[in-house]
Amino acid sequence: MQISMTVNGEDITREIEPRVLLVHFIRDVLRLTGTHWGCDTSNCGTCVVLMDGLPVKSCTVLAAMADGHAITTVEGLATGGTLDPVQQGFMEEHGLQCGFCTPGMMLTARALLDRNPHPDDGEIREAISGQMCRCTGYATIVRSVKWAAEHPAAQETTGEEVTA
Amino acid sequence: MTILEGHPANPAAGDADRPIGYGRLQRKEDPRFVRGKGNYVDDIVLPGMLHGAILRSPVAHARLVSIDTSKALAHPGVKAVITGQDLLGLKLAWAPTLSADVQAVLVTDKVRFQGQEVAFVVAEDRYSARDALELIEVDYDVLPAVVDARKALDPGAPVIRDEIEGRTDNHIFDWEAGDKAETDAVFASADVVVSQEMVYPRSHPAPMETCGAVADYEPIDGTLTLYETSQAPHAHRTLFAIVAGIPEHKIRIVSPDIGGGFGNKVGIYPGYILAVVGSIVTGKPVKWMEDRSENLMSTSFARDYIMQGEIAATKEGKILAVRTTVLADHGAFNATAQPTKYPAGFFHIFTGSYDLQAAHCKVTGVYTNKAPGGVAYACSFRVTEAVYLVERMVDILARKLEMDPAELRLKNLIKPEQFPYKNKTGWEYDSGDYATALRKSMEMAGYDELRREQKEKRARGELMGIGISFFTETVGAGPRKHMDIVGLGMNDGAELRVHPTGKAVVRISVQSQGQGHETTFAQIVAEEIGIPPEDIDVVHGDTDQTPFGLGTYGSRSTPVSGAAVALVARKVREKAKFIAAAMLETRPEDLEWEKGRWFVKGDPSVGKTMAEIAMGAHGTVALPEGIEGNLDAEVTYDPPNLTFPFGAYICVVDVDPGTGHVKVRRFIAVDDCGTRINPMIIEGQVHGGLTDGVGMALMQIIEFDAEGNNLGGSFMDYLIPTALEVPNWETGFTVTPSPHHPIGAKGIGESATVGSPPAIVNAVVDALAPFGIQHMDMPCTPARVWAAMQGRPRPPI
Repeated sequence: MQISMTVNGEDITREIEPRVLLVHFIRDVLRLTGTHWGCDTSNCGTCVVLMDGLPVKSCTVLAAMADGHAITTVEGLATGGTLDPVQQGFMEEHGLQCGFCTPGMMLTARALLDRNPHPDDGEIREAISGQMCRCTGYATIVRSVKWAAEHPAAQETTGEEVTA
Repeated sequence: MTILEGHPANPAAGDADRPIGYGRLQRKEDPRFVRGKGNYVDDIVLPGMLHGAILRSPVAHARLVSIDTSKALAHPGVKAVITGQDLLGLKLAWAPTLSADVQAVLVTDKVRFQGQEVAFVVAEDRYSARDALELIEVDYDVLPAVVDARKALDPGAPVIRDEIEGRTDNHIFDWEAGDKAETDAVFASADVVVSQEMVYPRSHPAPMETCGAVADYEPIDGTLTLYETSQAPHAHRTLFAIVAGIPEHKIRIVSPDIGGGFGNKVGIYPGYILAVVGSIVTGKPVKWMEDRSENLMSTSFARDYIMQGEIAATKEGKILAVRTTVLADHGAFNATAQPTKYPAGFFHIFTGSYDLQAAHCKVTGVYTNKAPGGVAYACSFRVTEAVYLVERMVDILARKLEMDPAELRLKNLIKPEQFPYKNKTGWEYDSGDYATALRKSMEMAGYDELRREQKEKRARGELMGIGISFFTETVGAGPRKHMDIVGLGMNDGAELRVHPTGKAVVRISVQSQGQGHETTFAQIVAEEIGIPPEDIDVVHGDTDQTPFGLGTYGSRSTPVSGAAVALVARKVREKAKFIAAAMLETRPEDLEWEKGRWFVKGDPSVGKTMAEIAMGAHGTVALPEGIEGNLDAEVTYDPPNLTFPFGAYICVVDVDPGTGHVKVRRFIAVDDCGTRINPMIIEGQVHGGLTDGVGMALMQIIEFDAEGNNLGGSFMDYLIPTALEVPNWETGFTVTPSPHHPIGAKGIGESATVGSPPAIVNAVVDALAPFGIQHMDMPCTPARVWAAMQGRPRPPI
């Protein structure tokens, strides 16, 4: 079947099997491999993308169900060379280690800040509670999201350089 | 004037300010990860690449009667279906493990655990490969399963490994450490002896990224390129050469970015071998990526130690001896990852942080109808089990003596002046200042105030518990005369090249899975030779590009590879001295090193920065006799001993008296890993490990029913802590450098996973003191806590 959607602001149309999961469509067909796949029971949230601005677990959405919708993946978080404050916050506050859960965590954080620009710790923890991280113990992720909340202006840096 | 002479010296290296070495430094890895530009195994796509999928056994123990693959082969898109019979022809049906046993790659005779590999399908895409699995018809003749390790050695127990000539039981090994007679004598005359059986239940490291591989065999020149989720790519290359018979120089293993390892990705799994076989058979690259339930059911489990612990003391609370016997459940194949001479790993560190008169352990390993493994999940080779045993026993003793558990520990901790301290089972602890660390954590926690609060709450019927764990780790395996993995000495190499313009590349043999090596190893080089870390690239994971070494696990990267990197940088610095002397037309012995430059003693204005020296080394400077051009060096580091980081942890829990639910309210962790390369990264390592502790102590277990069905085979049942189950961690540190390590650094990665479970269980048992409970086994789930409160036997989960 043919499906059309907007992915990171770009209109795309592809021919797919109806059973293809959105996560595989994004990774294998569109080759946007920042979105990950960490479980088979919809628990881990490494596959979270935004569908019309809301976080969804893309392993639990058929690509066909995204027909006509706007999808944002981690690759679409930065605009041009400018990182989203959430991306900057994760680097500033060491909110990632192996990096596998990071794309999903950041997208959920973006959606949270879009509806609640000043979440407290409990709200952040609640928001990311559908997502597992095995490395960080979450505290630095909470700090990262708070950093982003406190620095809402788009960062000028491309984030390429590592600063002390 | 040449182009080189016209090149400006590296401005950063010439700064008067000290170049960044140790300290909080943002990670070099992060920019690609936050953009979704990491490169993990499943991100790799090669031209013509096919996809593999494994058919797994639905039963725990059964004779294989027949396999019919004809329908699967006829399925559209399917290129090959490989069975155990096919592998027999290739002599690949069985593969050696890291424990001198063998493991079935695909079943040929009988299935020995649920989830075991039975057949391998290769197809054009991952969906077709999965379709075809359902079309394979297998006939099993089901046998009784051995599930309870306590019954594995019963006469008449089903023999799991009957393919081994002459084998009539499920016994794997007996291993002892310490002096039994001496220990028995101390116990016989002690005022107080307490004993307790405790189970460290089977759990699983469950990295967010599962295991996988892309195999690319090129028949024209016989080369194999294998992209793998491997924590030890060089060791894998050697093993693949031995297993598959491909010459080692024709094998290139690449560990790209890895989405967490935690010991899960040390060994070689059948899936990797099957991807290679698939590529050889089809002539195309083959990707194999397991799903979560496959990961939980078939890859390396952790723990599964049934421990009988005993502790002897005087009535005043002087701990005299610890004695333990252990029954170790290794599953159907002994694939435990540990140094060859240590079948129970470093369990004999169970004497802990205490100055004992005697100690003895005996560990018996048995086969059961379960997945293989044992050493994984940040265990430092069974140190998790050792620390849990001794820290639980000390708490049980404190209860018996009616002493405060902190006071009992302070009374018995090894004193700073006793280091290097030889314990009673053969370890030599390098350094420690234990009491200072414990007092610091008590201060951070407000320990006395917590005890007052607990007393008040108890009076009101509320259940609050305070748990302490003081642990000594042993990490950095290890000295080659004692430690090897399948005969490979546990050493690590490092190569450092400084380019003409003063930028550098350091190549290491260990493999990050998120621990930040690309940042911290650059910091070590920066500290030693004065080039800023952003000018130093750290290369790892590609066996064609990096020196040989044993990989990352057991918190061994900093102790072994970190030492290699410091020494290789010092070698470069020393060579730079000779080149600088030539450039300055002076004698090397007249030069002094400071802040990234060699300068003339007594005249600091005359000197050369490392970048200037690098240009000189590659340029036309006349070199002294015996000094070669360029500015490179390599070393292989054989550590003289392991490092012994330690920590003092305090956990505060509230238990809901109506539901048995345990809430970790506070957790205070004081760690001492000697010299701290990057405090930000250390903190992150500790946070992650403490979260493991909450998972193990309260949530996680891989349990089996009587038929051997795995009851923890998905994230629906195998519970991973989320942001809601863990508190805001409170961390602190002390610094007691390792005297034998070139930069005084000790490993840290596994400390929190090792140290936190006993703190949490001690807190839960402390909370349950009004019920007179001496011990309860992990995980302390609401159902189990509730049962304990009612005096009932524990439910399975």
